[in-house]
Amino acid sequence: MKPPLFLCSGCGIGETLDLAALGEAMEREFATPAKIHPFLCGPEGRAMIEAESASAECPVVLGACSPRVNADRFPANPFAPERVNLREQVAWCQEPGAAETQAQAADYLRMGMARAAKRELPVPVETAMERTILVVGGGVTGLNAALEAARVGYPVILLEKEERLGGLARRMHRLAPRVAPYRDLEEPSIAKTVALVEANPSIRVLTSTQIESTAGEPGAFQVRTTGVGGNQEFTVGAIILATGWQPYDVTRLPKLGYGAANVITSLTLEEMAAQGRILRPSDGAKPRSVLFVLCAGSRDPEHLAHCSTVCCATSLKQGLYIREQLPDAAVYLIYRDMRTPAQGEDFYRRVQEEETIFLTRGQVTAVREIDDGDLSVTVVSSLLGEKVELTAQMVVLATGLVPAAGDVLHLKYRQGPQMPELKSGFPDSNYLCFPYETRRTGIYAAGTVRQPMDSVGCVEDAAGAVLKAIQSVTLIGQGRAVHPRVGDASFPRFFLQNCTQCKRCTEECPFGALDEDEKGTPKLNVNRCRRCGTCMGACPVRIISFADYNVDQLSAMVKKVSMPQKDDDLRILAFVCENDAYPAWDMAGLRRLRQDPGIRVIPLRCLGSFNVVLLADALSRGIDGVILMGCQSGDDYQCHFMVGSELANRRLENVKETLERLMLERERVELVNVGIGDGGRIAEITQQFAAKLRQLGPNPYRGL
Amino acid sequence: MASGLPGLPGLLVIGGGISGLSASLEAAETGNEVYLVEREPYLGGRVAGMNRYFPKLCSPQCGLEINFRRLRQNKALRVFTLAEVEKVEGQAGDFTVTVRLNPRYVNDRCTACGECVPACPVERRNARNYGMDTTRAVYLPGEVAEPFRYTIDPLACEGAKCGRCVEVCRYGAIDLEMASSTVTLRVGRIVLATGWRPYDPALISTLEFGHFPDIVTNVMMERLAADGGPTGGELRRPSDGQPAKRVAFVQCAGSRDQNHLAYCSGVCCLASLKQATYVLERYPDASVHIFFIDIRTPGGFEIFYQRLQADPRIKFVKGKVARVLQEPGGDLMVEAEDLLAGRMFRLPVDLLVLATGMVPEAMPLPPGIKIPRDPYGFAVPSPGIWPVGLAKRPMDVQSCVRDATGGILKAIGGEG
Repeated sequence: MKPPLFLCSGCGIGETLDLAALGEAMEREFATPAKIHPFLCGPEGRAMIEAESASAECPVVLGACSPRVNADRFPANPFAPERVNLREQVAWCQEPGAAETQAQAADYLRMGMARAAKRELPVPVETAMERTILVVGGGVTGLNAALEAARVGYPVILLEKEERLGGLARRMHRLAPRVAPYRDLEEPSIAKTVALVEANPSIRVLTSTQIESTAGEPGAFQVRTTGVGGNQEFTVGAIILATGWQPYDVTRLPKLGYGAANVITSLTLEEMAAQGRILRPSDGAKPRSVLFVLCAGSRDPEHLAHCSTVCCATSLKQGLYIREQLPDAAVYLIYRDMRTPAQGEDFYRRVQEEETIFLTRGQVTAVREIDDGDLSVTVVSSLLGEKVELTAQMVVLATGLVPAAGDVLHLKYRQGPQMPELKSGFPDSNYLCFPYETRRTGIYAAGTVRQPMDSVGCVEDAAGAVLKAIQSVTLIGQGRAVHPRVGDASFPRFFLQNCTQCKRCTEECPFGALDEDEKGTPKLNVNRCRRCGTCMGACPVRIISFADYNVDQLSAMVKKVSMPQKDDDLRILAFVCENDAYPAWDMAGLRRLRQDPGIRVIPLRCLGSFNVVLLADALSRGIDGVILMGCQSGDDYQCHFMVGSELANRRLENVKETLERLMLERERVELVNVGIGDGGRIAEITQQFAAKLRQLGPNPYRGL
Repeated sequence: MASGLPGLPGLLVIGGGISGLSASLEAAETGNEVYLVEREPYLGGRVAGMNRYFPKLCSPQCGLEINFRRLRQNKALRVFTLAEVEKVEGQAGDFTVTVRLNPRYVNDRCTACGECVPACPVERRNARNYGMDTTRAVYLPGEVAEPFRYTIDPLACEGAKCGRCVEVCRYGAIDLEMASSTVTLRVGRIVLATGWRPYDPALISTLEFGHFPDIVTNVMMERLAADGGPTGGELRRPSDGQPAKRVAFVQCAGSRDQNHLAYCSGVCCLASLKQATYVLERYPDASVHIFFIDIRTPGGFEIFYQRLQADPRIKFVKGKVARVLQEPGGDLMVEAEDLLAGRMFRLPVDLLVLATGMVPEAMPLPPGIKIPRDPYGFAVPSPGIWPVGLAKRPMDVQSCVRDATGGILKAIGGEG
């Protein structure tokens, strides 16, 4: 295959490079004439490309600007053009007219030609998708999720492990205000929501039911349940995990007086209030004073490190209804920070108007039972003094919120039965920009199981998760990936005859897309796959490839890198993450920051797809050094495939042997974290690396 | 996805910040026809001006990059920048919307080569950097601008009588005669994602904003710390360029105050914690004071707060700043109370950052949009029009995206 080649001389490219000479060199090597145009993205240039791309059997190669820009100007039918970045990454950051600049451009074109020749058109695998959405959990979030899905025409199966729907919301006596003027307590609305769900013909409700196992993939999850009606089996398209929360185990808080008769939790108070009987458990008397201890278990690394978010508003609400039911009782509310964000501040102000509710900042360190069931409460760091003792007839512990996560779905995945959880225990997304980015495709957590939130947040979250569930069924049914490679129709292909059953791919897949048979041969669940290529990077025998992205192709690109003429000149390969590091390179170009001309940048879908055989390919050919640029790893990982840099790093640890065999220094290979905002640092990083390589001297394999 | 209500399938999203952008993409990727209208010449809104996000301290550009890639490949989504909704007629299910397209003066032949910039003789106040620097009248709105195309500020440009940019542009991309035009769209639903603006700090007279150059707002601080900002990320005193090593933050500058914004803006505590890390990263020997009423770091954000509390270089002081003075030497002197210690004290600082709150963007809504608002101007859903993100209440980026994603379903499903 001979990809047609076009070169643009605009935007400074023509001034920096001798394009005619480049064109001739390419024609000699690839037997395809290069067409040069001063404005390739203009109407004339476009028409010129269009005329040839229609009949081409492979992508056309465009030596012009970055693939990140002007994408809408070039025809993409059926192949997206192969874009060789001669502008941002050559013309804008190299010395005009220099031999090494010309060599860099020539290499990039050769690499682009090689890549284009090894790009097949991915053919999407369409599947018939089951549209039913399974909602697990019948509390506020689950009920709203079911209603939202049904409203847009998706059948729902709603599972609840308890006998009745409604979850913990059913136990609430009143709600904190959700609408303007944000002053008055609201009647609970959960009964109405339950009635709507029960009356909806598109929603099948299964109460007293739990999941025994979940197998399969988006569009075809096979779920087995067990419950009062016996075992059931059904197929669903997507799953919403809305199992909600549990109060923190209050028995772990003896310091705060739990165990004493008149120390109760917020939830117990709610039930007492619902019955109109706020009485001391010890003697059934009306308490003359009630003290609330906020952050009971929350914001305490020994218990729950997180803030449970809802306890401040809940306690304010409870203070107010105690005021209604027991007008003579004094209410004390000891908080560390009063957290009533947004218009919740109005409600806080409303409660402050009450003369018998005393709100004080402080931290309760101990609650002890004294005479007659009364309680002595030690408060430190308050405005009342460094350390004070207060007495109350009843104490309410505003216990924190724990996600009801864990082994709920019983996934039959090679990587374990539960949704991966963050360090905090919540099966939440780690991404601020993408709260529904999940590691189990087609399964979305929503509501308080995902993160602490109030009921308004739960309703919003339910809708968001349902939209993502519908989206996953829609896109995956078309054979296309969901976030972050939305629309990608490629998928990994396994040449299983050569598989050694080493299990690295099945272990490392960040999304649990690969299962194994008894022998350890990988089995792809294509609808779970997110196309990151981590499996391709993991495979030691190179049997995993995508139609348009594979080790063979990357290896062909590496082989197109020329060797420098002078000892002083270097050849450095930079394998970079295409989402963060690659744009950072472009930004360095935009700022016209000078780079070492010996660099050759190769974008990767993710560093997780970096296969170490490429290292051997590069170093044994005489490349002086290889630098990998990927996203931050660790707790605050940035990688959108979670573990890309981490895996690449681990793989590099294991290449010592390769380097030793080649008798090369370990320093010739490096991995650095580069974020998209690091455009200003790129030049410095590469210069430092180049300086180190110059000290080591040229790769002894150069010219062999 | 079937709509819960009869009517036209199309969806109009007003506002191309993180909420509107997310709403548009999520809707389009679920197979809906979407029109996104943005007033500015670029997408991304306020987050495009942020240096980092809390609590991961990652760059907002990362998410924008992904979103812009999603946008570029989606045929179901049509974007109008420099566009304003002029008129809305009809009702839920059948709106006819007139959109005014303001001239960019740069057409789609622009390659973003930047040759026009040195030719332009006019400097203009750079509103994106809150006036802390200037650009030429022709400028690229950001390093990851979408669309990646230059634009001309008509208020600064001298027009055809200058025309030097037209002469140097080799691509015929500049058209100083470009006129505004209108397009008419027919949609079934409208999503309101009009976002926020910072509260005007000059209205808080005790905090002396505008009187001393070393008093900045939190949004200005984001730009000062940004690599691509007016100072290239150097944190220096605007007055004399000395390193800003003693930095104090005034929380609730306007928020939680019935004379200003009665509500809590929800994000300023976390923004200041994040900005404290900018200072300490730049100058490890720096000291930071944060004056607060309550520190509000809900959910997992609390863990970020705990990490900073453990840093002895950051002092959290519960109390208000009473007065700001300038010392004879030029240093700012903050007079504040420490409620827990029960004393007043004075603190010399290099930079005082006002954690100003968020105000719902008071864009005059076009005739025809009737949407109820709460006393603060936050929108409440009404038939066919669903507000998301900051149009609805103060919230952080993550909550905006959550709300935008769900809001799409609410709008299509027919609630409201």
